[in-house]
Amino acid sequence: MQTEFTPLLSLTGGILIGVSAVILMWLNGRIAGMTGILAGILPPFESDWAWRAAFTAGAIASPLIWIALGNRIEFAIPVSTIELVIGGLIVGVGVTYGGGCTSGHGVCGMARLSKRSIAATITFMIATFITVFIIRHVLGQS
Amino acid sequence: MKELTALLAGLIFGLGIALSGMANPAKVINFFDVFGTFDPSLLVVMGSALVTTFIGYRIVFKSQSKPVFEPSFSLPTKSTIDASLIGGSIAFGIGWGISGFCPGGAIPALGFGGVGSFAFVGAMLVGLIIGRELKHGNVFANPKLESKKS
Repeated sequence: MQTEFTPLLSLTGGILIGVSAVILMWLNGRIAGMTGILAGILPPFESDWAWRAAFTAGAIASPLIWIALGNRIEFAIPVSTIELVIGGLIVGVGVTYGGGCTSGHGVCGMARLSKRSIAATITFMIATFITVFIIRHVLGQS
Repeated sequence: MKELTALLAGLIFGLGIALSGMANPAKVINFFDVFGTFDPSLLVVMGSALVTTFIGYRIVFKSQSKPVFEPSFSLPTKSTIDASLIGGSIAFGIGWGISGFCPGGAIPALGFGGVGSFAFVGAMLVGLIIGRELKHGNVFANPKLESKKS
Protein backbone atom coordinates (compact mmCIF):
# COMPACT_ATOMS: atom_id res chain seq x y z
CA MET A 1 0.00 0.00 0.00
CA GLN A 2 1.54 3.27 -1.18
CA THR A 3 1.45 6.31 1.11
CA GLU A 4 2.35 9.84 0.15
CA PHE A 5 5.39 11.66 1.59
CA THR A 6 3.93 14.40 3.82
CA PRO A 7 6.87 16.59 4.88
CA LEU A 8 4.85 19.60 6.09
CA LEU A 9 2.26 17.63 8.06
CA SER A 10 4.94 15.40 9.53
CA LEU A 11 7.08 18.41 10.45
CA THR A 12 4.10 20.12 12.12
CA GLY A 13 3.15 16.91 13.92
CA GLY A 14 6.71 16.27 15.06
CA ILE A 15 7.05 19.79 16.44
CA LEU A 16 3.75 19.38 18.32
CA ILE A 17 5.01 16.08 19.82
CA GLY A 18 8.14 17.94 20.95
CA VAL A 19 6.14 20.88 22.36
CA SER A 20 4.01 18.41 24.33
CA ALA A 21 7.12 16.74 25.77
CA VAL A 22 8.61 20.11 26.75
CA ILE A 23 5.36 21.31 28.37
CA LEU A 24 5.08 18.11 30.43
CA MET A 25 8.69 18.49 31.62
CA TRP A 26 8.45 22.25 32.23
CA LEU A 27 5.17 22.15 34.20
CA ASN A 28 5.04 18.62 35.67
CA GLY A 29 8.66 17.47 35.52
CA ARG A 30 7.63 14.31 33.67
CA ILE A 31 8.82 12.35 30.65
CA ALA A 32 6.15 12.18 27.91
CA GLY A 33 6.63 8.46 27.32
CA MET A 34 3.53 6.48 26.44
CA THR A 35 4.90 3.24 27.94
CA GLY A 36 5.41 4.75 31.39
CA ILE A 37 2.14 6.64 31.22
CA LEU A 38 0.14 3.50 30.32
CA ALA A 39 2.00 1.38 32.89
CA GLY A 40 1.03 3.96 35.51
CA ILE A 41 -2.64 3.74 34.55
CA LEU A 42 -2.79 -0.04 35.00
CA PRO A 43 -3.28 -1.32 38.57
CA PRO A 44 -1.95 -0.87 41.21
CA PHE A 45 -3.27 2.65 41.19
CA GLU A 46 -0.72 4.93 42.78
CA SER A 47 -1.32 8.55 43.66
CA ASP A 48 0.10 9.63 40.30
CA TRP A 49 -2.64 7.85 38.40
CA ALA A 50 -4.72 10.92 37.55
CA TRP A 51 -2.26 12.96 35.48
CA ARG A 52 -1.43 9.92 33.36
CA ALA A 53 -5.12 9.28 32.73
CA ALA A 54 -5.54 12.97 31.85
CA PHE A 55 -2.63 12.86 29.36
CA THR A 56 -4.05 9.70 27.75
CA ALA A 57 -7.57 11.17 27.56
CA GLY A 58 -6.17 14.30 25.91
CA ALA A 59 -4.20 12.24 23.41
CA ILE A 60 -7.36 10.36 22.40
CA ALA A 61 -9.58 13.47 22.36
CA SER A 62 -7.57 15.90 20.24
CA PRO A 63 -7.61 13.91 16.96
CA LEU A 64 -11.40 13.58 17.39
CA ILE A 65 -11.74 17.34 17.94
CA TRP A 66 -9.57 17.89 14.84
CA ILE A 67 -11.90 15.64 12.79
CA ALA A 68 -15.01 17.31 14.28
CA LEU A 69 -13.64 20.65 13.05
CA GLY A 70 -13.86 19.26 9.52
CA ASN A 71 -10.32 17.99 8.99
CA ARG A 72 -9.16 14.62 7.74
CA ILE A 73 -6.60 12.29 9.30
CA GLU A 74 -4.85 9.88 6.96
CA PHE A 75 -5.26 6.34 8.29
CA ALA A 76 -4.99 2.81 6.91
CA ILE A 77 -4.16 -0.55 8.45
CA PRO A 78 -2.32 -2.72 5.92
CA VAL A 79 -2.18 -5.80 8.17
CA SER A 80 -4.72 -8.34 9.50
CA THR A 81 -6.40 -8.21 12.91
CA ILE A 82 -4.39 -11.29 13.94
CA GLU A 83 -1.18 -9.38 13.16
CA LEU A 84 -2.43 -6.40 15.19
CA VAL A 85 -3.12 -8.66 18.19
CA ILE A 86 0.20 -10.54 17.93
CA GLY A 87 2.04 -7.25 17.37
CA GLY A 88 0.25 -5.65 20.33
CA LEU A 89 1.18 -8.50 22.68
CA ILE A 90 4.84 -8.40 21.63
CA VAL A 91 4.95 -4.58 21.87
CA GLY A 92 3.44 -4.68 25.38
CA VAL A 93 5.98 -7.23 26.64
CA GLY A 94 8.86 -5.56 24.78
CA VAL A 95 8.32 -2.02 26.05
CA THR A 96 7.96 -3.34 29.60
CA TYR A 97 11.38 -5.02 29.40
CA GLY A 98 12.86 -2.16 27.40
CA GLY A 99 11.45 0.48 29.73
CA GLY A 100 10.09 2.69 26.96
CA CYS A 101 9.04 3.13 23.37
CA THR A 102 9.31 5.65 20.54
CA SER A 103 8.07 8.56 22.67
CA GLY A 104 9.93 7.83 25.92
CA HIS A 105 13.23 6.56 24.53
CA GLY A 106 13.09 7.86 20.94
CA VAL A 107 12.09 11.46 21.69
CA CYS A 108 12.43 12.33 25.41
CA GLY A 109 15.36 10.04 26.26
CA MET A 110 17.33 10.86 23.11
CA ALA A 111 16.72 14.58 23.78
CA ARG A 112 18.32 14.07 27.21
CA LEU A 113 21.20 12.27 25.46
CA SER A 114 20.51 9.22 27.67
CA LYS A 115 22.80 6.36 26.63
CA ARG A 116 20.09 3.81 27.46
CA SER A 117 17.56 5.61 25.26
CA ILE A 118 19.99 6.00 22.37
CA ALA A 119 20.82 2.26 22.59
CA ALA A 120 17.13 1.33 22.85
CA THR A 121 16.11 3.54 19.91
CA ILE A 122 18.85 2.26 17.60
CA THR A 123 17.91 -1.31 18.61
CA PHE A 124 14.19 -1.06 18.02
CA MET A 125 14.57 0.89 14.76
CA ILE A 126 16.86 -1.85 13.39
CA ALA A 127 14.55 -4.61 14.71
CA THR A 128 11.53 -2.96 13.09
CA PHE A 129 13.38 -2.52 9.80
CA ILE A 130 14.43 -6.19 9.74
CA THR A 131 10.93 -7.35 10.70
CA VAL A 132 9.29 -5.34 7.90
CA PHE A 133 11.94 -6.53 5.44
CA ILE A 134 11.33 -10.18 6.34
CA ILE A 135 7.53 -9.89 6.23
CA ARG A 136 7.40 -7.95 2.96
CA HIS A 137 10.39 -9.22 1.00
CA VAL A 138 11.24 -12.66 2.39
CA LEU A 139 7.75 -13.95 3.22
CA GLY A 140 6.41 -11.75 0.45
CA GLN A 141 3.37 -10.19 2.09
CA SER A 142 2.44 -6.59 1.50
CA MET B 1 -3.35 21.57 38.40
CA LYS B 2 -0.88 18.92 37.23
CA GLU B 3 -3.83 16.94 35.82
CA LEU B 4 -4.92 19.96 33.76
CA THR B 5 -1.42 20.55 32.44
CA ALA B 6 -1.07 16.83 31.65
CA LEU B 7 -4.38 17.03 29.78
CA LEU B 8 -3.03 19.99 27.78
CA ALA B 9 0.19 18.11 26.99
CA GLY B 10 -1.87 15.05 26.01
CA LEU B 11 -4.08 17.09 23.68
CA ILE B 12 -1.02 18.50 21.90
CA PHE B 13 0.65 15.07 21.81
CA GLY B 14 -2.40 13.34 20.30
CA LEU B 15 -2.83 15.97 17.60
CA GLY B 16 0.88 15.88 16.81
CA ILE B 17 0.85 12.10 16.52
CA ALA B 18 -2.28 12.11 14.35
CA LEU B 19 -1.04 14.84 11.98
CA SER B 20 2.47 13.42 11.74
CA GLY B 21 1.43 9.97 10.52
CA MET B 22 2.78 8.05 13.53
CA ALA B 23 -0.77 6.81 14.20
CA ASN B 24 -1.09 5.50 10.63
CA PRO B 25 0.23 1.90 10.41
CA ALA B 26 0.39 2.04 6.59
CA LYS B 27 2.72 5.04 6.76
CA VAL B 28 4.78 3.63 9.63
CA ILE B 29 5.42 0.30 7.89
CA ASN B 30 6.25 2.11 4.64
CA PHE B 31 8.92 4.12 6.45
CA PHE B 32 10.68 0.89 7.34
CA ASP B 33 10.06 -0.64 3.91
CA VAL B 34 13.04 1.06 2.28
CA PHE B 35 13.18 -1.54 -0.51
CA GLY B 36 9.45 -1.36 -1.22
CA THR B 37 6.83 1.37 -0.82
CA PHE B 38 9.20 3.68 1.07
CA ASP B 39 7.74 6.81 2.68
CA PRO B 40 10.35 8.97 4.51
CA SER B 41 7.74 10.99 6.48
CA LEU B 42 8.61 9.38 9.82
CA LEU B 43 12.18 10.59 9.59
CA VAL B 44 10.78 14.14 9.49
CA VAL B 45 8.50 13.37 12.47
CA MET B 46 11.20 11.89 14.65
CA GLY B 47 13.76 14.50 13.65
CA SER B 48 11.52 17.50 14.32
CA ALA B 49 10.15 16.02 17.57
CA LEU B 50 13.68 15.28 18.76
CA VAL B 51 15.11 18.71 17.87
CA THR B 52 12.14 20.53 19.46
CA THR B 53 12.42 18.47 22.65
CA PHE B 54 16.21 18.79 22.75
CA ILE B 55 16.04 22.61 22.58
CA GLY B 56 13.01 22.88 24.89
CA TYR B 57 14.49 20.58 27.56
CA ARG B 58 17.72 22.60 27.57
CA ILE B 59 15.82 25.84 28.12
CA VAL B 60 13.72 24.24 30.90
CA PHE B 61 16.67 22.63 32.71
CA LYS B 62 18.78 25.79 32.42
CA SER B 63 16.14 28.26 33.53
CA GLN B 64 14.45 26.21 36.27
CA SER B 65 15.65 24.12 39.18
CA LYS B 66 12.24 22.44 39.45
CA PRO B 67 9.07 22.07 37.38
CA VAL B 68 6.29 24.62 37.88
CA PHE B 69 3.75 22.31 39.56
CA GLU B 70 5.95 19.63 41.14
CA PRO B 71 8.74 19.75 43.71
CA SER B 72 11.28 18.07 41.41
CA PHE B 73 11.92 16.67 37.92
CA SER B 74 11.18 12.93 37.67
CA LEU B 75 13.97 11.67 35.45
CA PRO B 76 15.05 8.04 34.93
CA THR B 77 18.16 7.28 36.98
CA LYS B 78 19.24 3.98 35.42
CA SER B 79 22.25 4.30 33.17
CA THR B 80 23.31 0.72 32.42
CA ILE B 81 22.63 -0.80 29.02
CA ASP B 82 21.50 -4.31 29.98
CA ALA B 83 19.95 -7.37 28.37
CA SER B 84 16.48 -6.31 29.46
CA LEU B 85 16.79 -2.97 27.63
CA ILE B 86 18.17 -4.49 24.43
CA GLY B 87 15.99 -7.63 24.43
CA GLY B 88 12.87 -5.61 25.20
CA SER B 89 13.69 -3.12 22.46
CA ILE B 90 14.22 -5.92 19.93
CA ALA B 91 10.82 -7.37 20.88
CA PHE B 92 9.21 -3.94 20.67
CA GLY B 93 10.68 -3.46 17.18
CA ILE B 94 9.38 -6.84 16.03
CA GLY B 95 5.88 -6.01 17.29
CA TRP B 96 6.03 -2.52 15.76
CA GLY B 97 7.08 -4.01 12.41
CA ILE B 98 4.31 -6.64 12.45
CA SER B 99 1.51 -4.23 13.40
CA GLY B 100 2.66 -0.76 12.38
CA PHE B 101 1.59 0.56 15.80
CA CYS B 102 3.78 1.78 18.65
CA PRO B 103 2.18 2.71 22.01
CA GLY B 104 2.30 6.47 21.38
CA GLY B 105 0.88 5.99 17.89
CA ALA B 106 -1.90 3.61 18.90
CA ILE B 107 -3.45 5.57 21.79
CA PRO B 108 -4.38 8.65 19.68
CA ALA B 109 -5.67 6.24 16.99
CA LEU B 110 -8.27 4.82 19.41
CA GLY B 111 -10.66 7.64 18.55
CA PHE B 112 -10.51 7.35 14.76
CA GLY B 113 -8.80 4.05 13.99
CA GLY B 114 -11.80 1.76 14.41
CA VAL B 115 -11.71 -1.83 15.62
CA GLY B 116 -8.10 -2.37 14.55
CA SER B 117 -6.69 0.18 16.96
CA PHE B 118 -8.73 -1.33 19.81
CA ALA B 119 -7.47 -4.83 18.91
CA PHE B 120 -3.88 -3.56 19.07
CA VAL B 121 -4.26 -1.50 22.27
CA GLY B 122 -6.16 -4.31 24.05
CA ALA B 123 -3.45 -6.82 23.16
CA MET B 124 -0.72 -4.32 24.11
CA LEU B 125 -2.22 -3.78 27.58
CA VAL B 126 -2.35 -7.58 28.05
CA GLY B 127 1.28 -7.62 26.89
CA LEU B 128 2.22 -4.96 29.46
CA ILE B 129 0.71 -7.11 32.23
CA ILE B 130 2.35 -10.31 30.91
CA GLY B 131 5.64 -8.38 30.72
CA ARG B 132 5.38 -7.41 34.39
CA GLU B 133 4.67 -11.00 35.36
CA LEU B 134 7.64 -12.29 33.32
CA LYS B 135 10.04 -9.54 34.38
CA HIS B 136 9.09 -9.09 38.03
CA GLY B 137 7.07 -12.24 38.82
CA ASN B 138 4.20 -9.96 39.75
CA VAL B 139 1.41 -8.56 37.56
CA PHE B 140 1.16 -5.59 39.90
CA ALA B 141 4.87 -4.80 39.76
CA ASN B 142 5.33 -1.11 39.22
CA PRO B 143 8.34 -0.32 37.06
CA LYS B 144 8.07 3.38 37.99
CA LEU B 145 8.65 2.67 41.66
CA GLU B 146 11.43 0.26 40.87
CA SER B 147 13.30 2.74 38.68
CA LYS B 148 13.11 5.36 41.46
CA LYS B 149 14.75 2.98 43.91
CA SER B 150 17.64 1.95 41.68
